[in-house]
Amino acid sequence: MISTTRPKPPSTDNRWKLVDATMRRHGYKSYALIEALHTVQECFGFLDKESLQFVAACLHVPFSRAYGVATFYHFFTMKPPGDHTCVICLGTACYIRGAAQMTEALEKHYGIKTGQTTADRKVSLLSARCLGSCGLAPAAVFDGVIAGKLTPAAALDKMKEWTS
Amino acid sequence: MTFDELQEIAERELEAQKQYKSRVHVCMAASCASSQGDKVKQELAKAVTAAGLDATCKVKSVGCMGLCKAGPLVSVEPQGALYQDVTPEQAGDLVSTLSGGQPHASPCPTNTPFFKRQLKVVLENSGLIDPERIEEYIAAGGYAALHKALTEMTPVEVIQQITASGLRGRGGAGFPTGLKWSTVSKAVSPIKYVICNADEGDPGAFMDRSVLESDPHRVLEGMAIAAYAVGASQGYIYVRAEYPLAVQRLKIAIRQAEKLGLSGTGIFGTPLNFRIDIRMGAGAFVCGEETALIASIEGKRGTPRPRPPFPAQSGLWGKPTLINNVETLASIAPIVRKGGAWYASIGTEKSKGTKVFALAGKINNTGLIEVPMGITLREIIFDIGGGIPDGKKFKAVQTGGPSGGCIPAEHLDMPLDYDSLAKAGSIMGSGGMIVMDETSCMVDVARYFMEFCMTESCGKCIPCRVGTAQMHNLLVKITEGRASLDDLALLEELCDLVKNTSLCGLGQTAPNPVNSTLRYFRDEFMEHIEKKRCPAGVCRIKSEAQGVSA
Repeated sequence: MISTTRPKPPSTDNRWKLVDATMRRHGYKSYALIEALHTVQECFGFLDKESLQFVAACLHVPFSRAYGVATFYHFFTMKPPGDHTCVICLGTACYIRGAAQMTEALEKHYGIKTGQTTADRKVSLLSARCLGSCGLAPAAVFDGVIAGKLTPAAALDKMKEWTS
Repeated sequence: MTFDELQEIAERELEAQKQYKSRVHVCMAASCASSQGDKVKQELAKAVTAAGLDATCKVKSVGCMGLCKAGPLVSVEPQGALYQDVTPEQAGDLVSTLSGGQPHASPCPTNTPFFKRQLKVVLENSGLIDPERIEEYIAAGGYAALHKALTEMTPVEVIQQITASGLRGRGGAGFPTGLKWSTVSKAVSPIKYVICNADEGDPGAFMDRSVLESDPHRVLEGMAIAAYAVGASQGYIYVRAEYPLAVQRLKIAIRQAEKLGLSGTGIFGTPLNFRIDIRMGAGAFVCGEETALIASIEGKRGTPRPRPPFPAQSGLWGKPTLINNVETLASIAPIVRKGGAWYASIGTEKSKGTKVFALAGKINNTGLIEVPMGITLREIIFDIGGGIPDGKKFKAVQTGGPSGGCIPAEHLDMPLDYDSLAKAGSIMGSGGMIVMDETSCMVDVARYFMEFCMTESCGKCIPCRVGTAQMHNLLVKITEGRASLDDLALLEELCDLVKNTSLCGLGQTAPNPVNSTLRYFRDEFMEHIEKKRCPAGVCRIKSEAQGVSA
C-alpha cells in the first residue's frame, strides 16, 4: 500500500504547487515522470538534484530513474540558464545556409562554447536539433522568440541589445 | 452529438461566413508567425475597424499557406489575392484594396507552378480554416468521415477501405497502413491504444508541425476512426516539446472535440468511447522509433527494444498498440469520405496517394508542398520549387533526414515513390527535402549527419553507440585532410557493420548518408583524401596536415 503522506517540496516556493498539480493529474503514477520534469523545468528553468529527488519520491520511482530520464533527454537541462538565452537551430537546412558560421561568431564574441553561459550569467548559448522553421533558415530563438534568415552580424546585433 | 447537430453547426458557420463580403486570411503557422505574422494580423484588424468594414470584412488566422519563404502571407478571399512579405505598416494599405485601392504590399502570383502543380488532400484545409475553431473544420466537411465510419461501416469495412486505398505509413518506412490496422484489430485484448507519432525529429522536416498547426482536428478525426477500426479506447499524441504552437493548438482542438462530444464516451451516440491525451517529447530523436516512443510515454528513457513482439501485439503497457504518423492519420478522413478506390487512383502502382514535402535548403521556394506520388524530383525542385537561387548549380537533394541519402542530378527524372527512392540509395522518410548546390561539400554533409546520429544514438546497442562515433571520427579525419585510403576502406566496412547489426532503425539507417554520398560523390571523398583539398571550399584543410595519416 502506498503511503498517504506525500513528500514535502524542497522549499515553500509556490511553483511547487504547479509541479504537484501535474503529478496529481496523472494520479502520481510513475509514467508521469517526464510530464512532471517538464513542469519543473518550465517553472524553474532547469532541473537540480532536489527537484529530481522530490519528483522521484512523489511518483515512487528510484532517484536513479529520474536522473536517468533527466540526463537522457536533450530538452532537460541541469544547468541554470543565464538571464538571456539564444538557441541556435542545427537542422540540416540551417546548416546548409550557414548556421555553423553563426555559431562560431557568437562563440567567439562571448568566449563560450554552445551549451555554456557567460561568467556574468547574462547570456546562454544553446542549440536545438531542428526548430522546424526550415523555410527561414538559418534560424535561432532569442529569449523565446524565433528569428529567421539570420546572418552572424544580425544575430550578434540582437544579442548586443541584451548586454547594453 | 448527432449528425443533424453536426450539420447544423456547419450550416450556421457557413451562414456566418457568408455575411462577410471579404475575408482576410493571415497565415499564423510557426514560420509566418515568427516573421511578425501576429502583428500583421493585429494591425489588419485595427485597419478594418478604422475603415468601418467590421460588418463586411473578417480578419482571421489560418494555417500554413505553403510558401514559407515569402511570409508573412496574407490572402484576401473570395477575390483570391495573395500578398507576400507583408509588414504591419502595410495593413491600412491592404485594407484599402477592399474598396478598390491599389496595394503597395507585394502581390504574390498564384498562377505559378508552386500553387498550380500541387494536389492537396492532407493540406486541403490548410491556409483556409482557422485551426483554433472546430466550427470551421466542421463547415469544411470535418467529422463527417467519423460519422460515416461509425454509423454506416463496420470496423472491418473501414480497414478494407484503408487497405484498398493503398496508403502506406508516411513516417518513413512505408509499411502498408491497412495491414497494420488489421493486425492490431485482430489482437485479442480488452485494452488497446492508438498513438499518433508527432515526434518529427528529422532535421529539415516540418510537415507534421504544419499539419498540427494548420488543421489539428483532421488528426484527431483520423485517430478516432482508427480507434473504431482497431477497437481502442485511449489515444496518445506524442509531440515534440520543440513545437509549442502545435501543442497549444492540439490542446485547444482536444478540448473543443470533447465539448461537442466528438471525443469521449458514446461518440455520435454509438458505443465508441475514445479519449486523446497529449504526451510531450523531450528532445530525443530516437523516440521517433516506435518502441522507444512507447518507453517514453511510459515515462522512461526512450530506448528501443527488439521486435518482435511488435507493438501491434504488445505495445504500450504491454497492450496491442497502433502507432501511425501524423500525416498518415491526416489522410484517413478523406479516404473514408471518398473511398479507398478514389485515393488509390492517385499516385503510382506501389505508392498511392499524395505526399507532403518540406522544401528547404538552397531552393527558391522554401515551404510546404503536397504532390501526387510519382512526380519527378525535377518537377518538384525546378518547377514547384523554382530552382536554385543566385544562378548556382544543383548538386544534390537530401531526402529522409539522417536515415536517408543524397540524390544527385542524374536521378532527377526518377519518379518519386518509396521503391524508386530506395533503389537510388535513399528513403522517402517523413518528407524533408534539403536541396544543395555546388557550394555544399558532400563529405561535410555526410559528417554532419553522422554527428547527428552519434549524438542521438541512445547507447543501448554497441554497433550504433560505438560505430557512429568511429564513423564520425573517420569523416572528421577526411574533412580535415588527415585521412588515408585505409581510413576510407575502414569507413565502408563500418557502414556495412553498423547497418546490419544495430538494434533499431536509427543505427540500421545511420550509414545511409555516407553510403549514398560515397556512391554518387566518391570523387569528392578522393579529392579530400588524395589531394587534401575540398572542391566546394567548405572544409578547412590544414596545410600542415598534408600527407599525414594515423
